[in-house]
Amino acid sequence: MLLIYCPYCEVERPETEFHNGGEAHIARPADPSKTSDEEWAEFLYMRSNVKGIAVERWRHIHGCGRFFNVVRDTVSDKILKVYKVDDPMPDLEALAKEAGR
Amino acid sequence: MSDLLANDVITPDAGETPLLSLPDVSILKAAPMTRLSLRLRKAAIPAAGEAFGANLPVTPLGAEISAKRAALWMGPDEWTLLAPEDELQAVFDGIEAKLDGQPHSLTDISHRSEALIVSGPKASWLLNTGIFVDFSLEKFPVGTVTRTIFHKSPVMIWRTGEDTFVVEAWVSFMDYVAGILVESAQELAAA
Repeated sequence: MLLIYCPYCEVERPETEFHNGGEAHIARPADPSKTSDEEWAEFLYMRSNVKGIAVERWRHIHGCGRFFNVVRDTVSDKILKVYKVDDPMPDLEALAKEAGR
Repeated sequence: MSDLLANDVITPDAGETPLLSLPDVSILKAAPMTRLSLRLRKAAIPAAGEAFGANLPVTPLGAEISAKRAALWMGPDEWTLLAPEDELQAVFDGIEAKLDGQPHSLTDISHRSEALIVSGPKASWLLNTGIFVDFSLEKFPVGTVTRTIFHKSPVMIWRTGEDTFVVEAWVSFMDYVAGILVESAQELAAA
């Protein structure tokens, strides 16, 4: 089982308290009425599904209820970084290097 | 029950027989109380605390207690407020009046959940049969409050004393939670 650190509760908790919220940093189209069908499809369905360093949203649903972001290596399942939703995306290459990938 | 920190808010229900009473652990149903869910922004925290009668804790998993009041941290903008059952209207109106004009949400959730008082030297052992949280005093000191999962039911755990925990679950899940706790405690009785 994964142990995930919640940046709002400031504690490490088991995975059963959390819910995965899919890929992070996907911005909703700024002007929905001018967005084409292809762009909508891209926004709604297309995900990078990387093998390696992935940035995901997680929700501490059975704790504080907050969403936050997690950088996770999908090969080793190791969590490399946890940060709050309004923080910028960390430097993934540096994190990958640190993790020895 | 002497180490019960919040003994004027959380009291054993006098009419109920204990669900469990072993030498090492006992489970009592808590008397009904006022529960309010309060959500608001940072700027309104001091005013809300003043109106309620206990400061809203801002440290994660914290609790603030004063006479007949307890404010429990649930999230960065969410608190559960506890008070005696008969003071619901007064507390509710007091906070609403004070927060008039400030964006907030105050909801009466008194009947959403029920509370158990689990106490005794084996209380944390018993809770750990269904909860993956470290209840050692260094990691989970007295006064810590958190929501978590007990087997498959969401629960709120509040440590009110070294060996005393308040376990709150939704009314419809309480049979499940209390049932499994009592069942798990049979292991202690057999030992």
